This record gives sequence, structure tokens and C-alpha cells, in this order.
Amino acid sequence: MIPAQAPYPQVLFRNRQPDRIATLEEYRRSGGYEALQTALQTLSPQMVRGQILDAMLLGRGGAAFSTGRKLMTVADDAPRPRYLVCNADEMEPGTFKDRVLIHADPHLLIEGMTLTAFAEGACCGIVFIRPEYEGAARILERESEVARRAGLLGADILGSGFDFDIVVHRSGGRYICGEGSAQLNALMGRRPNPKQPPPYPTEKGLWDQPTVLQNVETLACVAPIIRNGPEWFKNLALTETGAGTKIFCVSGKVRQPGCFELPMGVPLSEIIEVHAGGMLPGSEFKACLPGGASTRFMPREFYEIPMDFESLRLAGHRLGTGAIMVFDHQTCLVAATLNLITFFARESCGWCTPCREGLPYIRDLLARIEDGRGEPEFIPMLKRMGEHLWKAYCAFAPGAASPLESLLTYFEEEVQAHIRLGRCPFRER
Amino acid sequence: MLPTPLTEDLRQKIAAAAHPRELAVDIMLALQAHVGYLSDAAVAEAADLLGMTPVEIDELATFYTFIYREPVGRYVIHVCDSVICWMNGADSLAEHLSRRLGIALGETTPDGLFTLLPVCCIGYCDRSPAILVNQRVYGPLTLESLDALLQTLKSRGRETAPAAEASP
Ligand SMILES: Cc1cc2nc3c(=O)[nH]c(=O)nc-3n(C[C@H](O)[C@H](O)[C@H](O)COP(=O)(O)O)c2cc1C
Ligand code: SF4
Ligand code: FES
Repeated sequence: MIPAQAPYPQVLFRNRQPDRIATLEEYRRSGGYEALQTALQTLSPQMVRGQILDAMLLGRGGAAFSTGRKLMTVADDAPRPRYLVCNADEMEPGTFKDRVLIHADPHLLIEGMTLTAFAEGACCGIVFIRPEYEGAARILERESEVARRAGLLGADILGSGFDFDIVVHRSGGRYICGEGSAQLNALMGRRPNPKQPPPYPTEKGLWDQPTVLQNVETLACVAPIIRNGPEWFKNLALTETGAGTKIFCVSGKVRQPGCFELPMGVPLSEIIEVHAGGMLPGSEFKACLPGGASTRFMPREFYEIPMDFESLRLAGHRLGTGAIMVFDHQTCLVAATLNLITFFARESCGWCTPCREGLPYIRDLLARIEDGRGEPEFIPMLKRMGEHLWKAYCAFAPGAASPLESLLTYFEEEVQAHIRLGRCPFRER
Repeated sequence: MLPTPLTEDLRQKIAAAAHPRELAVDIMLALQAHVGYLSDAAVAEAADLLGMTPVEIDELATFYTFIYREPVGRYVIHVCDSVICWMNGADSLAEHLSRRLGIALGETTPDGLFTLLPVCCIGYCDRSPAILVNQRVYGPLTLESLDALLQTLKSRGRETAPAAEASP
């Protein structure tokens, strides 16, 4: 559901309609492709990179790394061809913003990719997309062709001499393919295991060529930044530390699950109560995962927190993808964590031991506790196993540790109650 | 085994690619669409087409959720069991499907019509509890709407399954 009157400026969703994509004409009428025209005619790639850096655009795919800084690491004399990969894998449980964005306004992504490619000096853009998003994949293929016909994509874009084209790569479906280095392996037809740097992909990525990889939402921010300037972008946020807007996708025990474009720094309470329509009747807010399955449970004491990367970081949390999953007072968080750990155990790529062996072990301990067969010593065991996950090869396992560790930090009493009672206190006897 | 026009088409695609391997998943999916699943013969065919070894293809095939190394039914039903759908009753959807179809998760009905599989979050948590049928999403579902859907699928019977086209 889209709020009838969006109270905040809509940048990424400005052309969003309930049931269809925005056409090229509609996109252009809203100022679309003006940034590309300006950049190709009057700006150098360095200037575009500079503006992205000054806008303080941080990656929306979960890691919150500065996009400008990433682009700056591609040396001016780096070899060609250079690649730009758009990460549309979006397999983080709870996250569906990239799908909604592509279905709302595909040209925002196409223009953003083209501008980013110009800044990087890339000739080839690849959208890596999960198989569940076949509809979005087809939209992007069709609209890329529309852009090509209009001279906005392909060879000699807008007569500037700059060449850039986009292809869509369909995944076979696996969560680890969303991790950047694993995604590059997947694109090269290799087993999608992650790979630790160095070399960094910006130096040697796809086919050993310089490669920049960004999330859909991050790339969608680029054209508005170039069109309106870095200061404008920063000022969209409600907080000093934030910049831009964020698409929050809210799910769980709220009345109106969905995607809402709101300023960075909007309070969590406002997102839930105003934009997501409040808690379901009879439900009270107990905790949420603020940014997907790889973030920590935030209990009630954080209800008023401003939702931007820095505010959450200072509070010991992570904004991740901004996918807010809301749990109510009747939901057992041991069972919820067991579900999350089962997900991670299933999706582990199996490359390294702490993750491959540790997650099934944790799952087993949690399952026993949930079943009423827990022992007091399981709690320190879980803590220790959770710490081992940080020794894994890639960020997948530390992500998996987050809900577990926060369960034990904020809701240890709930875990203890399971063990004490010999059953799940949330289930009827 | 495979019709010449299909292999010819795939051969041309591969010839046009800068790096044949980048098409590995596409080729596997195309062969699977034709055979119904990625049979041993299809693995050998993919390897041959791509200039890879069968073992390299199998290493990929077994990694991905949507590549099937065993025969599947005309309708592959994936029930999302991740945390939001779990909260919204995914378990009862799965149980209901099992009962109605007379198969457990991971099995195919004897008439070859349905395969039932669990799947991780499919990115439609705003329409939870959600399932996929041949990669097309349905949700939010109730036991009643699920029954209606099963009925439609059954009566559509052995007609060719519609191409996947997910809605926003
Ligand atoms: C296990 C795992 C899964 C990930 N999945 C995704 C994903 O589906 N989409 C995404 O954009 N980033 C994902 N990331 C983050 C990427 O590694 C990478 O940081 C990001 O795509 C970079 O783009 P950004 O800077 O624009 O966010 C994942 C990371 C990990 C560790
Ligand atoms: S942490 Fe898990 S997903 Fe990452 S490399 Fe190790 S086994 Fe693979
Ligand atoms: S948890 Fe089922 S669609 Fe996301």
C-alpha cells in the first residue's frame, strides 16, 4: 500500500504507481535523464565521482560503504574494459525494496547505472538478479531496449561518444550470490564461493578487470544526486549524520507491510506507527530486526531511534538493508532465531568450517531449547559458538551471529524460561 | 537426445558470448526447461556446449535452488519458510499442501503433476505467507485460497505451464 499523500519528498518513488511501471515518458517528465545529459555534456568522470562522494551516498545493500570512495579506488589509468555490476540478488530475508523499485521506475536504475558507469569508465553493466524476480528481469530487458532506441543507452549515448550497455544475468538462486565476491564468481560460471581481497574487485574483479558492484537502491540514488547536487541529497535526511532517503521495507506484525521511502534518520516508531499503519490489532511491539536477517534484534528501548546508518552504529546496531521485520509480544524469539539460523545453515556455501559446522550445531541447540529439552549449559555454549562465527571466511557467518547474539543479550530471560519450564512459554500446553 | 534447433540456438548464444562460462546457468536452465529437469544427459550436453567438464557443471547445478537434478512435477511448488512467512503460518500451508497432495516436502505426486519444496525468503514478505508455483508468486494465502489455487492448477492439468511472470 502506498500512503495516499506521502508526507516526505519522494525521490526514488516519485513515479511510483500502484500497479504498473513508470514509462520512459513519465520518467523524463519528472526530470529523468537530465542528469545524464548534463553529465555527458559538461562534467568529467572525476566530477561525477566527486559529487557522489560529497553526497555521502552509502551502499544500500547492507554494508553501508561509501559509493564515492569505492569509485575513487578505480585508478584513472586502470585497464579496460571495466565492469559495473548491479546487485539485484536481494535474498536477505525480509528485504524486497529492490524489486519494488525496479517495478516502480526502471529508468531510474538504468540512468543511475549509466551515470555510475560514466564515473567509473565502464562499458558493460550487468544486473545480477534472483530467479524469483523474473518479472523484474523482463522489465529491465524491455526498458533497456526502450532506452537504447532513445539513444540513452548503448553506443555513443546522446551523441557524447560514451558507450555503455546493460545485460541482465539470471541467477540459479542462492543467498550467498548476493555477497559481492561470490556474485562475481557466479557471473563467471564458477561455484559462487566468496573470495577474500586482495585483490579488490575495483582492481581485479570480473574476468580480472576493474569492477564496481553496487546495490539497486544505491545506483538509483545517483541520478537524483547529479541532477540536484550533493547538498540537496544530504539535506533530505532528518539527521546530521544521515544523507538521502531510504526505502524501508516493513514486514511482520504490522497492519500495512510494504515499502516506504522516508528520509534517513526517521524514527523507528514513526515508520511503524504512521507509515506501516501501526501494529496489528492485539499486537504489541516487542523487537524488530532493523535491516534484514543479518542484523541484531532491537528491543523496545530503541523504539525512538533515528533510523540512519550512523545512529544505529553508535547504538551498537546495523541498519543493513533497512528491511524492518517486526515481532510482537506473542512471538517467541527463540523460535524466530531458530528459524533464522535454519535459514543460514541451509544457505551456507560450505566453504569454511566455522560457518558450515557451527550453524547446524547452533540450530540443534536452539531446537532443543525450543522443544523444552534445553539445559542451562546450552546458553554459554551458544555464546561461544556465536563468537566462533566471527572467525569465518566471509561476512555471511557474522551476519548469522547477529540475531543469535542479540537474542542472548536482550532476551536471555526468555531463553532461560524455556529451559526452566521445559517448554516454550509461548505455546499452549 | 536434444532437438538440433535447441542445441544450435544455444551454440550460437555461446559463440556470441565473450566468455562461454558466463552462460553456464542460462544453458542449464534452458536444458532443464526442455528436459523437465537437469538429467545426467543434460549435464553432459551442457558441459559439451560450454567446453567444461561434467563435474564442473554438476558442481554448479547442485549449488543452485532452481536447478533440479531429479525429475520434478509439472508444477513445482516452493513454500517460503523464512521468518516472516513462518510467523504468518507457513507451517500450516506446508502441512495443508502435504495432506492435499499426499506427499511430503521434497516429493513429487505419482501423477507427475506436483513437486513440493521448501524455499528461503522469496522477497515477497509484504505478501506473506507466500509460495511460488513455477516461479510465479502467490500470496498472502489462506488455506481456502490455497485450495482454490490447487484446484485451478489441477484442472489446468497437463496443459503447458504458463511462463513465469511475477507481479510487483
Ligand atoms: C551473505 C551476504 C549476502 C548479501 N546479499 C546482498 C544482496 O542480495 N544485495 C546487495 O545489494 N548486497 C548484498 N550483500 C552486500 C554485498 O556484498 C555488497 O556489499 C553490496 O552489494 C555492495 O553494494 P552497495 O555498496 O551499493 O550496498 C550481501 C552480503 C553478504 C555478506
Ligand atoms: S562464512 Fe559461510 S558463506 Fe561465507 S565462506 Fe564460510 S561457509 Fe561460505
Ligand atoms: S519470509 Fe516469506 S517471502 Fe520473505
